[in-house]
Amino acid sequence: MTTTTKPAAPVAAAAPARRPGSASLALRQGRMEIRQFLRSRESVVFTLGFPIIMVLIFASIFDGDLGNGVSYTQYFITGMIATGLMTVSFQNLGIWIPIERDRGVLKRYRGTPMPKWVWFAGKVIMVLVTGVVMTALLLGVSVALFDLDLPSTATAWLTFGWVSALGITACTLCGIAISSLARTARSGSAVVTPIALVLQFISGVFFVFTNLPTWMQQVAAIFPLKWMCQGLRAVFLPESFGANEPGGSFELTRVALVLGAWCVIGLVLCLTTFRWTTRRDG
Amino acid sequence: MSDDVAIHVRGLRKAYGDNVAVAGLDLDVHRGEVFALLGPNGAGKSTTVEILEGYRHRDAGEVRVLGVDPTEATPQWRARVGIVLQGTGEFDELTVAEVVRHFAAFYPDADDPDKVIARVGLAGKARARTHTLSGGQKRRLDVALGIIGRPELLFLDEPTTGFDPEARREFWELIRDLAAAGTTIVLTTHYLDEAEALADRVGVITGGRLVEVAPPTSLGNRQEALATVSWRTPEGTPESAQSATPTALVAELAARFGGEVPGLTVTRPTLEDIYLRMIGHR
Repeated sequence: MTTTTKPAAPVAAAAPARRPGSASLALRQGRMEIRQFLRSRESVVFTLGFPIIMVLIFASIFDGDLGNGVSYTQYFITGMIATGLMTVSFQNLGIWIPIERDRGVLKRYRGTPMPKWVWFAGKVIMVLVTGVVMTALLLGVSVALFDLDLPSTATAWLTFGWVSALGITACTLCGIAISSLARTARSGSAVVTPIALVLQFISGVFFVFTNLPTWMQQVAAIFPLKWMCQGLRAVFLPESFGANEPGGSFELTRVALVLGAWCVIGLVLCLTTFRWTTRRDG
Repeated sequence: MSDDVAIHVRGLRKAYGDNVAVAGLDLDVHRGEVFALLGPNGAGKSTTVEILEGYRHRDAGEVRVLGVDPTEATPQWRARVGIVLQGTGEFDELTVAEVVRHFAAFYPDADDPDKVIARVGLAGKARARTHTLSGGQKRRLDVALGIIGRPELLFLDEPTTGFDPEARREFWELIRDLAAAGTTIVLTTHYLDEAEALADRVGVITGGRLVEVAPPTSLGNRQEALATVSWRTPEGTPESAQSATPTALVAELAARFGGEVPGLTVTRPTLEDIYLRMIGHR
């Protein structure tokens, strides 16, 4: 934030400070969102700390390997990264937007000349930054403590990049969309938490996906988290492991298609259902 | 419609289901005027104001605010209109200065944030997180955000609810300053003394209609209403009489008592008396 100390006096003479362009407004908005996030200690602890605690617990409990010298951590990290990405986007937005809506923060923004998209851009910037930080922390902890092997090829890193980007985009849009379901500030977490938890259980975050009942796998296959996990397994597991997947390979094309479809669904829901005010506010 | 009209409303209607909130309301507010809207809860006050602010859509009628239909609010129009909402939008973890600076960036010709913070009496709190502010201080922050863009027209929805008497006086001074600088002000309030202290004209809304518009001194023919003269008889019994010529009555009493009249008061109906009569009490 720039601290402008303007001279108090000749108002008419000095050209008024021009409003920054929209792109720079979006950056300011993003910076403000990040600052707000960092200052609320609970959200930092829960959003960034939770996946790391989970890695510590799981990697300590399951220290065996999956065969071919591939450690369980190597499998498990993919679910943790996917969950982490969903936490910083879907859960974070689904919980916080209703609170801000209830407090009238959104309504207040609507009353200013700020272009609407700037507010969304601010949220997206915050989600992306926290997503990158969280992923880096997860990888750092896993490499340092549990001998995680990082992807070794450029292709793998590229896959890592697009799967994460598509996944976080889909989850961000769905998080913004679902925020309109909550009637009050408090109900945001009641709406979002069970959905997230169920998806984590059925999408192969806590268990090896193919060990789950078939019907559960099929339900999970409707939602993005399963495909994020699968896409990330293509990054962190040897290619031969693809044969263990339900489809007989990592199915990266299908990963892209399903996540892309959720981006479209989320976007349409956002555009059609987003509310700047609470229901009782009209 | 001439240039000196800030707000022009004809036949405004708005219903929520079967509940008609605004039933054919006409209103004109001139530029530079301080206009107070009075009315009981549920009379259609807030609905009317929110339609003028561009937050709600109307069912019927003609509305021009600064020459623009608020349903087609553009950022350019928003930059000319300041809004202080009823509820305070909170920015818990940010400081007063951060919030005001952030909002200043939205406006093409924003005022100096530090100056505005001082003007609303928060200079000593500029570096305080907003959640540490008292109710009255939060309200001042709301006002700061409402005026940071140097609006031509300022809406204030029940601005002093929860203020202590001293804070209200200070707030009134601020409003008078703004009005003196040429800002058109539309104020809703439950406090009759506030309307009387600030408004050039008062409009009374009841049942979704504007039933009277007049300067506070002449609302409901108040200036012509009978005065009530009260005194005590030598035995100490209170007595009173209504009179169109109270001065004569007092002179007569003075003669009768041979000097001081015990317990003498002369009152006209207060704005509150008139108002309560208009909205159908008494």
